[in-house]
Amino acid sequence: QANKHPTPSLFSVAAASPPPPPPPPPPPGAAPEGSHRSSVDVAETAKFAAIAATWWDYQGPFKPLHIMNQIRISFIRSAICRHFRKDANSARPLEGLQIVDVGCGGGLLCEPLARMGGLITGIDAVEKNLGVASLHAARDPATASIKYLCTTAEQMVHEQEKFDVVIALEVIEHVADPMEFCKSLAALTKKNGIVFISTLNRSIQSFGLAIVAAEYVLGWLPQGTHNWSKFVTPEELALLMGKASLSVEEMAGMVYNPFSQKWSLSKDTSVNYIALGVKIDT
Amino acid sequence: MMKRVVMRSLVRTQRRLFFYNSSSSFTQRLQFFQSAAGFCNQSEIENQAPPPRPEEDYDVVIVGGGMVGAAVGCGLASSAMTRGLRVAMIDSSPKQPTFRKHDPNAIPDQRVSAITPATVRFFQDVGAWEGVLSARPTPFDSMQVWDYGGLGFTRYKAEDVGEPLLGYVVENNVLLAALHSCLQSVGSIETMNPAQVKSVMFPSSSNLSPTQTKEAAESNGKQDWAQIELADGRRLRTRLVVGADGGKSAVRSMAGFQTRGWQYKQTAVICTVKVEWEHTTAWQRFLPTGPFALLPMGGTFSNIVWSTSPEIAQELKLMPSVDFVVEANRALLEDYGSQPYSGLAELLSSGLGKQLFGSELGTQLLGAFTPSSAEQFQVPPRVMDCVTERLSFPLSLLHATKYVNHRVALVGDAAHTVHPLAGQGVNLGFGDALALVNTLHRGVEGGFDIGEERVLKEYENERKKTNMTMMALLDGFQKLYATDFGPLNIARAAGFNTVNLLGPLKKQIITYAMG
Repeated sequence: QANKHPTPSLFSVAAASPPPPPPPPPPPGAAPEGSHRSSVDVAETAKFAAIAATWWDYQGPFKPLHIMNQIRISFIRSAICRHFRKDANSARPLEGLQIVDVGCGGGLLCEPLARMGGLITGIDAVEKNLGVASLHAARDPATASIKYLCTTAEQMVHEQEKFDVVIALEVIEHVADPMEFCKSLAALTKKNGIVFISTLNRSIQSFGLAIVAAEYVLGWLPQGTHNWSKFVTPEELALLMGKASLSVEEMAGMVYNPFSQKWSLSKDTSVNYIALGVKIDT
Repeated sequence: MMKRVVMRSLVRTQRRLFFYNSSSSFTQRLQFFQSAAGFCNQSEIENQAPPPRPEEDYDVVIVGGGMVGAAVGCGLASSAMTRGLRVAMIDSSPKQPTFRKHDPNAIPDQRVSAITPATVRFFQDVGAWEGVLSARPTPFDSMQVWDYGGLGFTRYKAEDVGEPLLGYVVENNVLLAALHSCLQSVGSIETMNPAQVKSVMFPSSSNLSPTQTKEAAESNGKQDWAQIELADGRRLRTRLVVGADGGKSAVRSMAGFQTRGWQYKQTAVICTVKVEWEHTTAWQRFLPTGPFALLPMGGTFSNIVWSTSPEIAQELKLMPSVDFVVEANRALLEDYGSQPYSGLAELLSSGLGKQLFGSELGTQLLGAFTPSSAEQFQVPPRVMDCVTERLSFPLSLLHATKYVNHRVALVGDAAHTVHPLAGQGVNLGFGDALALVNTLHRGVEGGFDIGEERVLKEYENERKKTNMTMMALLDGFQKLYATDFGPLNIARAAGFNTVNLLGPLKKQIITYAMG
């Protein structure tokens, strides 16, 4: 793929395979443009029509992600309050914090965080996602201020952007070089800022649940969405983050109860988990 | 009134300045609203820094400022999480409810409710209980329910479940004034009264149309909220409409909710009376025509709720007070059968019973009878005088098949009306208010758009179960009593007696009724 960027784009691989769960595969040639939305031609609009509408359809193909979203938001909210000493009982505890969501997709994470007062930037390599995200966010004055950019973490590092909170959920298992990715996330973080990374553990349980069950039995994700060998164990993630000058302060497992259809936080990191690292170097 | 609204919006602007981008489409929308309201001239607008939120945008609009509507308002105002929501309450009555100075000799109003400890806790949490206490509500600690045939009775006492009280009897005016005074002191809820809702338009929960431009999305976004038009022409836009406008709810019908229910062919007559002696018991006698309830109101005042056929109700309303008193005493004390008698109570309170009951083994054997099982039937006080006008209202059972939809939630009588049998109606409404406020609290905490159905569903799931159970119970009772047929009478009485004897069942009933 032709690269307009001087350094290899971490998302060039991600763009060829489906981005963070669980989307249908993007149309070919969806290379990052590195700029805001350009005009979309008629053929693209038709494909856009097919995919785009489903991000925010709560009963559609993204339903499992919508269900899981609530627990991720809950963890992120309380961890931010703890770290930045914000009042967790306030309606807008994230006021004044600059936050970037790397791999934002349709904006499922950006919107709730914006309602909580954060100054949100969402970035994604797939331009279609950003089109959907912008349109949806524009409908509500509480989320209309979110900035959506079609770019990569690396490009933003290059442009010397820095944030209080950097979030990359369900991305690291898709990138070519996890170590470089962590370093980019760290470079985007202000000193004493924090980074959230969530991913899937490389374990027997995750093979059974995230691959076999989710992709082949339940049909939650298209087959081939995940490559089990690229899943990251908590120990590996901690090492990667440590090497990127991110001190891992918290880690929590996320567990799904199929009867109540609810996710909850737990010590069990055998399948899904989320980690919080604090930037310790300038 | 307008000035206060404008002042408030200026204050809000400061809090929200960072929050808005200054894209031109936003300015266009602002221009539309401001020119419609005739506020400032258009050329000034382009040069303004981030435009303030349009005057008419709200997060929650509560339609109906009655007890339940005001309770929702108080609940939202009392929690830090929801206090920042912009809330308006629309009521059609021109005056603000206020307290009368408490006068023990003044005649209590005949519209009263028997509130449960759960309701009391709600009032305490929102800061409205002090107001109620200042008007001296009447506590009651026992309840006696019996059959007209004299075949059975049940006594419930707060003691049975180790509580000091079963509840309080309070004038509805007092509850309303306490809640409104709470709203006034918090000050964050805008009350619009008198005001009438002319129409409400609800959006369908729509998906994105992919060929929209960003500008189109912003302007169409305003259709994604509920639009309310008031009778005086004002227009409001809100994330959530709360229908708290009573049994004949306009919001419920405008939102297209289906209802199920029936008329009971019964009318309730209510009035305040003076009785022979002071008491703290809620008395309820089931007559063939319907239940007759006597509630304590402090001193020798009591309140009568007499559910009967429409014809009899009409007679009762119109006859002179003296005649009404005679009728009331016949219904409560005289007609039909003899006084019920409990052999077991005799046994339990006798010397032998005390020995059995008192011993360790005895307690286990007898399966923990409640203290009230040892009490005989007590004769209620005679009615001496009727001191207020007799009011009446028809009774029905009604419930909406759904309580929520995209951008709308029903609470209180708008969602369900019940037979006033156990005085439970308003307690269900307060339970709804609490549940809705908690749901909205969780919605704000999770960064949701609080008007979305997926957020509101939680409230519906929680309340529907509780309300329908209570409604079925009360309806079942009511139907049971509509028939006067020997074997059924005996079976009914047996049912009464069984409940009276079975300690654990009784405890469960009391605990459930206390909320």
